[in-house]
Amino acid sequence: MAILDKHAVLEKNVTLLAIFAFLVVTIGGIVQIAPLFWLENTIEDVEGMRPYSPLELAGREIYIREGCYVCHSQMIRPMRDEVERYGHYSLAAESKYDHPFQWGSKRTGPDLARVGGRYSDDWHVQHLRNPQAMVPESVMPKYGYLERRLIDGKHIGDLMRTHRLVGVPYTDEMIANAQADFRAQADPDADSDGLLARYPKAQARNFDGQPGISETDALIAYMQMLGTLVDFSTFTPAPSR
Amino acid sequence: MAKKPINRQEPETTGHEWDGIEEYNNPLPRWWVWVFYATIVWGLWYVIAYPAWPLINQATAGYKGWSTRANVAAEIEAARAANAEINARLVAADLADIPADPELNTYAVSAGAAVFRTWCAQCHGAGAGGLQAGGYPNLLDNDWLWGGTLEDIHLTVTHGIRNETDPDARWSQMPAFGDMLDSAEIDQVVNYVMSLSGAPQDAAAAEAGAQVYLDNCAVCHGENGEGDITQGAPNLADAIWLYGGDYDTIRETVTNSRFGIMPPMGGADLSEAEIRAVAVYVHQLGGGE
Repeated sequence: MAILDKHAVLEKNVTLLAIFAFLVVTIGGIVQIAPLFWLENTIEDVEGMRPYSPLELAGREIYIREGCYVCHSQMIRPMRDEVERYGHYSLAAESKYDHPFQWGSKRTGPDLARVGGRYSDDWHVQHLRNPQAMVPESVMPKYGYLERRLIDGKHIGDLMRTHRLVGVPYTDEMIANAQADFRAQADPDADSDGLLARYPKAQARNFDGQPGISETDALIAYMQMLGTLVDFSTFTPAPSR
Repeated sequence: MAKKPINRQEPETTGHEWDGIEEYNNPLPRWWVWVFYATIVWGLWYVIAYPAWPLINQATAGYKGWSTRANVAAEIEAARAANAEINARLVAADLADIPADPELNTYAVSAGAAVFRTWCAQCHGAGAGGLQAGGYPNLLDNDWLWGGTLEDIHLTVTHGIRNETDPDARWSQMPAFGDMLDSAEIDQVVNYVMSLSGAPQDAAAAEAGAQVYLDNCAVCHGENGEGDITQGAPNLADAIWLYGGDYDTIRETVTNSRFGIMPPMGGADLSEAEIRAVAVYVHQLGGGE
């Protein structure tokens, strides 16, 4: 084939070879990398998503610190058995404020993407203390010590600033009120109007039923909001995603 | 051993020669070449048929219109349609008649078992044995807090117990007697309650506790501790304990009361057919009345 014979020209001229090799790599690069520039466009807009409230964010940090993602996924796949067990399949938008995302890759325990509201706070407290007391066949370690570790949210504003740096739309107002919101969400007697205005659907109460804000409070606040932000009774999925 | 003589034609070379080293120009095996061409053709077809190239707003859809979301929706719809007829019969039937209809009963029990494992097992246990540490009732025995007929179970599952989300939830509240009785009286009544189904810790105190019981507890739990299913007051005489029957646990119950909550399953969570199925499942577990 004549065109293949022309290849000999490239093979014998190092400058030409470099130019054409560069061209080939460029095409490959564009095909692979360019779509990522429009990655944001592939996430459909979903109503109800908001950044994590300060207490939920603190709970998320504990979730990550304790390695919960090693055994629990947060990704309901679009399959009938998963949808029937866990609820509506996860949408990309539902983890758009997650840095890093908590999809996980293994389910030793159940998926937690929609665990919010599925159990009572009291159940969570007892289950964290002694998982086997609630689910005898469970292999989950005990996390009772989280109750005894009180947190003050001193650095939660800094954490929110960091999240803003990577694209989470925390406003100046949210960051200015970070610590107040942090306390208000764990205190049933506090005025939570500001908190609810900034973080709609945030649940404010004493999650672990004990005085002080413990890591258990934060963790349960985080779990109780998981998957509850999007109202699926009014959500119509775009068919071709 | 002598080498076999090589007896074949010297293959063609590419004509290149470097320091006496030449390169053979053997053709690739035909089967390999054809498989290679076939993969190219298949690749082109795949790109046209299925979602492939990511563009500015979304990927190309492909002429087959394949979509994971549509697939799962279709699958769920197919399962719903397959059970639609029997679900309609289940909803239309009189609750009490369901166990008598073998086809309906078989369906309800197996569908109810699936619902139970998804929605109830967390608290009541995978085997429905309940959990004393959490005050989650055992559903296998014939001791019912709010009644064990199909109607009762159906109502409990639909509206739940003592929750704030459903105004029709079953509701009752035991007072915390720590505020009303002194320590000695509590000790007496705890001993008396223990004596109803077994041995009290202190027989003399139990005797004195009978009067305390009649004055404070009998109105709900009955004069002989038989309980009252219309207000979820447990039977205290049957040696079945929701939170535990030792002295310390009963004392805690009397002093601070208990407030077990069950969420409503009606509404957004479960359909009427699913609730009926799980009610039938729980009813046939062993304790149904």
